[in-house]
Amino acid sequence: MIGNTKKWIGKVGSVAVIAGQFLVSPTLLAADADIAEGQKISFDRKKGNCLACHNIQGAPAPGNIAPALVAMKSRFPSKEALYKQIWDATENNPESAMPPFGKHGILSESDFKKVVEYIWTL
Amino acid sequence: MKHLFLKLTLLVMTCGIAASAQATTPEEDLAAFQNFFKKRFPNVETQDYINGAYAIDPVGRENWEAIEEFPPYEPFIDEGQAMWEAPFANGKSYKDCFPDGPAMAGKYPHWDKEKGMVMTLPLALNNCRKANGEKPLKYKKGPINNIVSYISYESRGQVTNIEIPSDDPGALAAYEAGKKFYYTRRGQLNFSCAHCHLQNAGMILRTEILSPALGHTTHFPVYRSKWGTVGTLHRRFTGCNKQVRAKPFKAHGDEYRNLEYFLTYMSNGLPLNGPGARK
Repeated sequence: MIGNTKKWIGKVGSVAVIAGQFLVSPTLLAADADIAEGQKISFDRKKGNCLACHNIQGAPAPGNIAPALVAMKSRFPSKEALYKQIWDATENNPESAMPPFGKHGILSESDFKKVVEYIWTL
Repeated sequence: MKHLFLKLTLLVMTCGIAASAQATTPEEDLAAFQNFFKKRFPNVETQDYINGAYAIDPVGRENWEAIEEFPPYEPFIDEGQAMWEAPFANGKSYKDCFPDGPAMAGKYPHWDKEKGMVMTLPLALNNCRKANGEKPLKYKKGPINNIVSYISYESRGQVTNIEIPSDDPGALAAYEAGKKFYYTRRGQLNFSCAHCHLQNAGMILRTEILSPALGHTTHFPVYRSKWGTVGTLHRRFTGCNKQVRAKPFKAHGDEYRNLEYFLTYMSNGLPLNGPGARK
């Protein structure tokens, strides 16, 4: 009985996943646009200016003050954790020199989210 | 619970640092500060820090040495000398205020016991002007840079030797205020002076090498290519504060004078080599 139920859930689940892929594809496209936008904001000296301190592979003239932005998904357990780090890095490390991009309103909320989306892809 | 424990540990650590910071004497601060750089850049001679970022940046140094062959600040020194020689409207001149001559940059900043404040060179010059019925000079741009360039040039080779007289608690309080300023985060970007010029000195910020704090005061005023002219130390403080998106303080007001007092003290033992030339 239990085995059957599991099978059943599994089947429904895969149907849902397939259906989901069709359903979310417009959102996925939007996310791609956000990521591209996020990269622009990240590179902009007057906005994210991540490159002032961080290296990003292939980016022009990066600084070397802070760790290179690579393998983000292995360094942060979730996108939320990355979000928190960029929001206010001094939460985790009071000595951190990183500007609190969210907490101090350095980026607008919409720009901030796009930056997180982009950095999460690195 | 674990979180609370962590927070408590951090709190204890922070308090510990704050407490020990308060307990250190200026002499101990100075030794720690200069030792920090000795460890950070073991191959750089302490005396070479008077050259700022060029002490640690060989490529930049080559360009800078080429610039120094025809120093861009030279005309400012000449203009300053003319100011020094010229009489005020009342017939007196700077010479009457400063009878020991223009080679006096090494005496500044100092604790002025009578006034109960840190006295800086530009402030002393303006006090002289006011005492003689002249309009004070603006502190950041313009002719103040000529006269300070001349005085600095005449003072080259004097050794930084800031004293914090122990017979007046005000002097130590001014030093402590300057020190606190130096280590306090400010502005939207949340940087302290120390974050860039101590903690990250020598690192690359986008395309620029962060200059070491040690030696920062020896070479002002500075001809800065970015400015296209000579500017004062307090103009530079203003620029730094703006860069971190903080509201700058008044040039030669309490905050920056105390900062200058602390920062110059940290370079005790280093010769004066102003005016300088920088990117």
